[in-house]
Amino acid sequence: MIMSTEPEKLTPPKRDQIAPGLTPQPRQPARTGIAEAAITVRELSVFFGSNKVLKSVNLDVPARAVTAIIGPSGCGKSTFLRTLNRMHDLVAGSRVEGQVRLFDQDIYGARVEPVQIRRRIGMVFQKYNPFPTMSIADNVTVGLRLNGLRKRSTLAERTEQALVMAALWDEVKDRLNSPAVSLSGGQQQRLCIARALAVQPEVLLMDEPASALDPLATARIEDLILELKRDYTIIIVTHNMQQAARISDDTAFFYLGELIEFGPTSKMFTSPSKKQTEDYVTGRFG
Amino acid sequence: MPTHNHTRRKLFNTVMQVLTCGCALLVVVPLLLVFYHVVKSGIGSVNWSFFTALPKPVGESGGGMANAIVGTFELLALAALIGVPIGVLGGVYLSEYGSGQVNWFIRFGADVLNGVPSIIWGMVVYALVVVPMKRFSALAGGIVLGMMMIPLIMRTTEEVLRLVPNGYREAALALGIGRWRAILQIIVRTALKGIVTGVLLALARVAGETAPLLFTAFGNRFWNHQLSDPIAALPLQIFSYAISPYEDWHRQAWAGALVLLMFVAIVNVGVRVLTRDRFSQGS
Repeated sequence: MIMSTEPEKLTPPKRDQIAPGLTPQPRQPARTGIAEAAITVRELSVFFGSNKVLKSVNLDVPARAVTAIIGPSGCGKSTFLRTLNRMHDLVAGSRVEGQVRLFDQDIYGARVEPVQIRRRIGMVFQKYNPFPTMSIADNVTVGLRLNGLRKRSTLAERTEQALVMAALWDEVKDRLNSPAVSLSGGQQQRLCIARALAVQPEVLLMDEPASALDPLATARIEDLILELKRDYTIIIVTHNMQQAARISDDTAFFYLGELIEFGPTSKMFTSPSKKQTEDYVTGRFG
Repeated sequence: MPTHNHTRRKLFNTVMQVLTCGCALLVVVPLLLVFYHVVKSGIGSVNWSFFTALPKPVGESGGGMANAIVGTFELLALAALIGVPIGVLGGVYLSEYGSGQVNWFIRFGADVLNGVPSIIWGMVVYALVVVPMKRFSALAGGIVLGMMMIPLIMRTTEEVLRLVPNGYREAALALGIGRWRAILQIIVRTALKGIVTGVLLALARVAGETAPLLFTAFGNRFWNHQLSDPIAALPLQIFSYAISPYEDWHRQAWAGALVLLMFVAIVNVGVRVLTRDRFSQGS
């Protein structure tokens, strides 16, 4: 695992330098010997109506690392991911029990605004979804603009930073005002990553971000994820076992709503301690 | 034997195909007839003074329908002022917030309202507005047309908002954008062309309403200067000219019908162009 000292090359500016006033959060401490948990999940259960979809999950997601979530369809991986930024709030009949903490904040605390949480925890979806009515640049800054940031110079700066981080800047810098939907699929997905990064979250949730892309575009997204983990905590749901093995530091295996096993990716793929994990990673089911 | 069956089946199929095709064509025949007849009878009387002059007193020839044309647009503006905000916001509620039973009830209500005969709308607004004000007025005319637009606009707004993929809603929320902001600036904006289409079609639909205006806007042979005075409208003018005994007025009624028909036709064609543009963008 990479012990990162402060990265010095092409790195995104510190959040407190660029966005004074917009969610001033202390910068995450650099990862030291013992992994600090960015997200702590305790006894988390999720219900849709009377259907218990997640069952007493306990998990510590290490900061500034890539955590992969794997498991067969319907095992609750996406549900788990969406619980972390309260995306289920709008689903009628959904109920969450247990505790989820983002560093020192209780995400499901009584007085917590989901909107505030979502600014700290960004999300990238399976199907790339840049807003069709907006240009490339407007898509990147939409989260900032609709939260009240108006200054043109700052917006332009942040557009470039986010696009550079998402490895898209060189491809689009000459046509920032073209419609976002004019880009290729892979570019659109990187644009969505840039859009999520522009609001400078601390955690990035990715729900099968490459499953709708061709192998080349997938490789670019994977490279990007490896770049981003120097500064961000990344949790990625994936169906692709090779992908999990390539890019993640830790892997969680979910099955039928339960967290079966969680550990370093190298161990999970070579010598998992549970039989079910072994069967799944070796392709015997799922 | 099998060949015989086969021929019969083919023959039967051909007959049915021709029959259904004929019925389908019959649908457009009235449209063509209406167009042909209105254009033929009206085109001769559509001239400059028709658009610029007030009606002449009985017995004098000439004059135009300037007041009725302007009056119709005034009434439509008033109606839009009432119908568009309520209709659009109601549609937003149905699509974005409402749930099961409430939605069912509102949707059912709107569909019933869409089927209410327009003269009944006129009577209701007569009782609610005209009687208390003790006078026919442009205001009452605008209100009745606006009320008729609400359920139309609400339903189309709801439908086009539902066509916006859920991914955009989730993406907006995941960026930490407040829900109302996301709806207004992202979801509604994505569906804006569809909403505008719905509004235009609703306007075109009520532009030709006559019955509800009889009890409310009442009609006027002169310019309307205040919202609390009666106002002329094309359909009203057509109605009163068409039932008059004067040849000259009959010709003007045809001209009025042609102008009104053209207005509705242009809006409809414009809307088609607008929506085609939307699909060619692939959004």
